[in-house]
Amino acid sequence: MKFGVIRFPGTCDDVDALLAAQRVGEAEILWHRDRDLKGVDAVVIPGGFSYGDYLRTGAIARFAPVMESVIEFAHAGGLVLGICNGFQILCEAGLLPGALLINDNLRFVFRQVLLDVADHDTPFTRNCPPTLSIPVKHTTGRYYAPEPVQVVLRYAPGQNPNGSQDDIAGVVNNAGNVFGLMPHPEHAVDALTGSDDGLTIFESIRAAVSERVPVA
Amino acid sequence: MRARVLIRPKAGILDPQGQAVERALPALGFSGVSGVHIGRLVELDVEDPSQLPAMCERLLANPLIEDYEIIESL
Repeated sequence: MKFGVIRFPGTCDDVDALLAAQRVGEAEILWHRDRDLKGVDAVVIPGGFSYGDYLRTGAIARFAPVMESVIEFAHAGGLVLGICNGFQILCEAGLLPGALLINDNLRFVFRQVLLDVADHDTPFTRNCPPTLSIPVKHTTGRYYAPEPVQVVLRYAPGQNPNGSQDDIAGVVNNAGNVFGLMPHPEHAVDALTGSDDGLTIFESIRAAVSERVPVA
Repeated sequence: MRARVLIRPKAGILDPQGQAVERALPALGFSGVSGVHIGRLVELDVEDPSQLPAMCERLLANPLIEDYEIIESL
């Protein structure tokens, strides 16, 4: 299978996401001005500061040419993974419910956190163990949604780094094919750097794609 | 036309920036201050002010978490 990793001006985790995806399949970078998704089976929107995160995090990136194709791809059932800034972009684009607000302590947090997998019945978590150790690094990660949402990941008790509602760390859309999370699975793909739990998310996607009818 | 858009955090959503400023004021000797909230101000020249609400809904504000107020003809 092939992953497409989107690169906006200001994206900084694209290479780590590319290398993580290449541990389980093929992967290539998709440029923000291109509309062609190059036939990828899954799209990864990585972390960073797209378009400088001016106005609000993800607010400008959401209107990039490549996002028109990603929105079409998602509506057709394609798998989309948004990490950190990618999660913020997916919320701004309306592909995921809710919004990310500035951390309750106003600080940039950068630490390893434990996550409870609240839902294994998704294409993104089917191969995950019950608990994941993955780093977070963000200032705008306090998830908020006025309506009930499908929670996939929660910060383990006492681990919430940002004050998010109900300890939410990651959610899927109603259709179950768009996933956003604040922690960085692409930074946890080798035991040498603390944990390889993040790899299980990429492995889940590969397993899900291998069973799926390809998206037109 | 010159217009001004005020964008505020919605009531009921935690506003840690407002809280931090509210806590800082007494440290400078200003007492009796409460209900501090921090928002954004956007000023713009616009040929067709009837487009302002759509601009706010689609880009300038996130209506899920923010309220906006349009002030026309400055």
